[in-house]
Amino acid sequence: MSDTQTSAEHRRVADDSDRWREALHRIVSGSWAVSLGAIVLAVLGGSIMIIVTDPGVQQASAYFFSRPSDTFAAIGSSVGGAYYALFRGAVWDFGADSFAGAIRPLTQSLTMATPLIMAGLGVAVGFRAGLFNIGGRGQMLVAAAAGGWIGFAVDMPWPLHMLVAVLAGMVAGAVWAGIAGVLKAYTGAHEVITTIMLNYVGFYLVSYLLATPGLLQAPGSSNPKTPHMLTSAIMPDLLGRRYNLHLGFIFALLAVAYVWWLLNRSSTGFAFRAVGENPAAAKVAGIDVPRTTVSVMLVAGALVGLAGVTQVLGTVTTGFSYDIDAGIGFDAITVALLGGSRPIGVMFAAILFGAFKAGGSVMQAAEGVPIEIVQVVQALIVLFIAAPPLVRAVFRLPQPGKRPKRGKRAARRQEVAA
Amino acid sequence: MKLELRGITKRFGALVANDHINLTVEPGEIHCLLGENGAGKSTLMNVLYGLYTADEGEVLLDGEVQHFRGPGDAMAAGIGMVHQHFMLIPVFTVAENVMLGNETTLSGGRLDIQAAREKVRAIADRFGFHVDPDALIEDLPVGVQQRVEIIKALSRDAKVLIFDEPTAVLTPQETDEFMGIMRQLRDEGAAIVFITHKLREVREVADRITVVRRGAVVGEATADQPDSELAAMMVGRAVELTVHKDEPRYAETSLEVSGLEVTNAQGAVVVDDVSFTVRGGEILVIAGVQGNGQTELTEALVGLEHASAGSVRLAGKELVGRSVNQVLDAGVGFIPEDRSTDGLVGEFTVAENLMLDRRQGPPFVRAGMLQLGARDDFARNAVEEFDIRTQGITEPVARLSGGNQQKVVVARELSRELRLLVAAQPTRGVDVGSIEFIHKRIVATRDAGVPVVVISTELDEAVALGDRILVMYRGRVVGIVPADTPRDVLGLMMAGIAPEGSAAA
Repeated sequence: MSDTQTSAEHRRVADDSDRWREALHRIVSGSWAVSLGAIVLAVLGGSIMIIVTDPGVQQASAYFFSRPSDTFAAIGSSVGGAYYALFRGAVWDFGADSFAGAIRPLTQSLTMATPLIMAGLGVAVGFRAGLFNIGGRGQMLVAAAAGGWIGFAVDMPWPLHMLVAVLAGMVAGAVWAGIAGVLKAYTGAHEVITTIMLNYVGFYLVSYLLATPGLLQAPGSSNPKTPHMLTSAIMPDLLGRRYNLHLGFIFALLAVAYVWWLLNRSSTGFAFRAVGENPAAAKVAGIDVPRTTVSVMLVAGALVGLAGVTQVLGTVTTGFSYDIDAGIGFDAITVALLGGSRPIGVMFAAILFGAFKAGGSVMQAAEGVPIEIVQVVQALIVLFIAAPPLVRAVFRLPQPGKRPKRGKRAARRQEVAA
Repeated sequence: MKLELRGITKRFGALVANDHINLTVEPGEIHCLLGENGAGKSTLMNVLYGLYTADEGEVLLDGEVQHFRGPGDAMAAGIGMVHQHFMLIPVFTVAENVMLGNETTLSGGRLDIQAAREKVRAIADRFGFHVDPDALIEDLPVGVQQRVEIIKALSRDAKVLIFDEPTAVLTPQETDEFMGIMRQLRDEGAAIVFITHKLREVREVADRITVVRRGAVVGEATADQPDSELAAMMVGRAVELTVHKDEPRYAETSLEVSGLEVTNAQGAVVVDDVSFTVRGGEILVIAGVQGNGQTELTEALVGLEHASAGSVRLAGKELVGRSVNQVLDAGVGFIPEDRSTDGLVGEFTVAENLMLDRRQGPPFVRAGMLQLGARDDFARNAVEEFDIRTQGITEPVARLSGGNQQKVVVARELSRELRLLVAAQPTRGVDVGSIEFIHKRIVATRDAGVPVVVISTELDEAVALGDRILVMYRGRVVGIVPADTPRDVLGLMMAGIAPEGSAAA
C-alpha cells in the first residue's frame, strides 16, 4: 500500500505545480487579440480616471442637469487633451518648427524603450521556460555596479572599454539570477521568493558600495553616487547630440534577434521551451531539467543585466545612484506579459511602454494630468492580460474551446444565442 | 427507480461529445455502457450526475424530468456515482469519508460520528463487506476503498448507481468480487450503469448493453454476442483482437537485470531485488496490479529513477548510474506510462514532439541549430507511416485524440536505431483500432531482434503480447511464467501467490 500512497501524494504535488504552471502559461502566452484588447480597455480605464480627477469636469458636473453639454465638453477636452499631449510627448511634436524637432519625442520613446526591451526579453525567456523572474531590480543594480565600475575606474580605448563594461554588466546580472537558478534547480527553492529576496540583497549591496569611498562612490563626494563615466565607455548617440537615442537601442534590437533565434531555432531554446511547457516530459526525453533551469536564469539575468549596464553607459552617463533601475526590473514583467513572451511582441510592448514614459511627463506638464495615470494604465493592462476570458468576453472574441471547461462556457453562449 | 435519458446532446465547441443519446435503465438491471475511450461515455454520465449541463435533452427519474445544477442535486435525487479515481480523503476514516458532504451534527455543532459508524456497519453487513468504519482510507487496499465509495453512495439511498471504469485498479480476483457486489446490488433493485471498455466484464454481468461510438448510440447488444462483434460495434469496423506473432527468433542483444532495488522518497523499498533477463527477439511482459512497483521499475531501467542496488546490463553494458540521456543514446526506446505527462509536450507541435528526445545531434540538430527541414520531412513520413490522424505536423499535439497522441510517442521511439524497447502501458486509453496498430509495431520491433519489455496491467494484453510474463506484487517478482499460463494462475500471482513449481526469480 505504501507505494500507492506515495504515488497519490506525488500526484497531488504534481497537480499543484501543474495548476501553477497552467495559470502561468495562460497568462504569459496571451494572443495578440487579447493584448490589444487589454490595451484598449486599460486606456478606457485611464480615461475614466482622467475624467474624475479633472477639475474642469468636476466644475461642470456640478450643474450637469441644467447644462449637461458643458460636462461632456469638459470630458472631451480633458480626455482628448490628455491623450493628445501623450501622443505629442511620445511620437510627434506638432508644435515643433522642424522635422528634427517634431521627431524628437519618438526618439525619446525609443530611448526609454531600450532597457525595457532588454529586461523584458530577460523576463520573457524565463516565462517561456516556466520561470517567474521577479528579480529584475537586483539584477539590474548589480549589473550597473559591475559595468559602471569598469566604465569609470578602468582605462581602456573605445570601443573595447564599452564592450568590456557591457560584458561585465551582463555577467553580473547572469550571476545574480544564476544564484536563484541554482537554488531552484538543486534545492527546489521557488524562484519567485529567491529573486525577490535577491532584490533586497542587491539593493543594499549596491547602496553600500555607493556609500563607501574607494568603491563606487565618487571621490570627494559624500553622496551615494558614482563618478561620471569615462568617454571611452559611453555608448555613442545614434542620431547626434540633439537626441538621447544611443547605441544601446541597437543592442536591444540585436538582443531581440538573438532571443528569437534562441527560442525558435536553437536546440538549447527547444530544451528551454520543453522544460517550460512540461518538465516531466522534458526529463523523460533526457533533458537535464536542473541544468536547464540554471541556464535559463543565466540567459535571463544576462539580458536584464544588459538593461542595467545600458542605463549607466547610455542613458544616464553622469554617474548613477541606487535608483538607476528606475522600476524597469518590474516594468519588464509587464512588458513580457503584454508581449506574450515572444521576442517581437516584447519589443513592441516595450516601445509602447517607452512611449507612455516619454509622453507621460509631457502630459503632466501640458495638461496637468498626473503622471501616475500612466502607471495606472500600465497596471490595468496587466490586470486584463491576466484575465483573458474577461477581455474576450468584452470584445466578443471566441474563447478557445480546446478544454471542456472553457468549451462549456462557449457552448452555453451558443445556447443563449440560439 | 427507473432512469431515462432522452436525446442528450452535449457539445464542446465544435466537438459533439454526446449526440442525441437515449438510454433507459430499469431498476434491477445492470446496463453496460460500452465504448472506446473518448466515445462520450464519461461525458454522458457527467451530464447525468449534474457536472455538465446538457445542451439538449432531458434526464428523467421514474418519469419525472430532473434539473440538476450539480452533483448535490443528483445525489439528493438518488443517483450515486463511483468514479474511476476515488473521491476519498486518505487521512480520514471510513466513517468520516462516508459522512463527508452529508454530515449530521449533534448539539453544539459536534459531528455525529457514531451515527456514521453505524450506517457504515449496517450497509457493510447487508452486503457482507468487511470494512472497519474507523480504519483510515490510506491504510486500505484499493478494492476496499472502492467498497467505501459504494457504501458512501448507498448511505445516501442511491437507487441509481453509476460505475465509471471501476475495474481498472483491481486485481482479477477483486474484479470478480466486484462483479458479485454489482449483482447483489441489482438483486436488491438498484438500477446500475456500468461503464467499461472491457468486453470480458461486459459479457459476465450485463443484462443489457448499449454501445456508444463517437458520441452516439450505435446499437444495443446482448451479452452472448461474440467479442469480435462487440468490438466491431465499438470501433465501427472489424478488428483483430488477437496479436499474431511467430515463434521468437532469439538475437544476440539481451537485457539482464539483477538484484535491482529502488527506494522511494519516504525510504520505502518499492522495487525489491528484481532480476530477469530478456533476450533479443522476445517480449517480456511485466504484469501486476497498478502500483506494485512496475512504474518505479521502468523508471529505473531508463535512468529516471535512482536504483539503490543492483544492475541493468544491456548487451553487457551497465546502464545503472547513467543519465536518461546516456540511456537513450545507448539505444533504449521508452514509451512512458502516462503519455500526456511524461511522453509529450502538449503545446508543442506534432513535429516538435517527434524530435523531443532527439535533440542531441544529426539529423535534427547541427551545431546547436534546429534543422527544421529535416525535422519536418521526418515528421511528414512518420505521420504517414504510423497513421497519425492530424491536421498537419504543426498542429499542437494536445489537440490529437489519445490514440493518435500515443502513436506520436510510438513513432518517435520506434524510428530510432533500437537496442531495447521499454513500453509502459503502451495501449492505455487508446482506441481499439490504435491498439491493434501499436501491438503490431511492438511485435515488429521484437521480430527485428530487439529485446522488448512491456509493462501492462491488463491481463488480456499481457497474454496476447508476451512471450513470457513476469508478475510483480509489492515490488517483488512473484514469478516468471510462459504466456500460455492459465489466467486464474496469473490472477493469483497478481495477488502475490506464487504458483507451485515456478521458481521466483
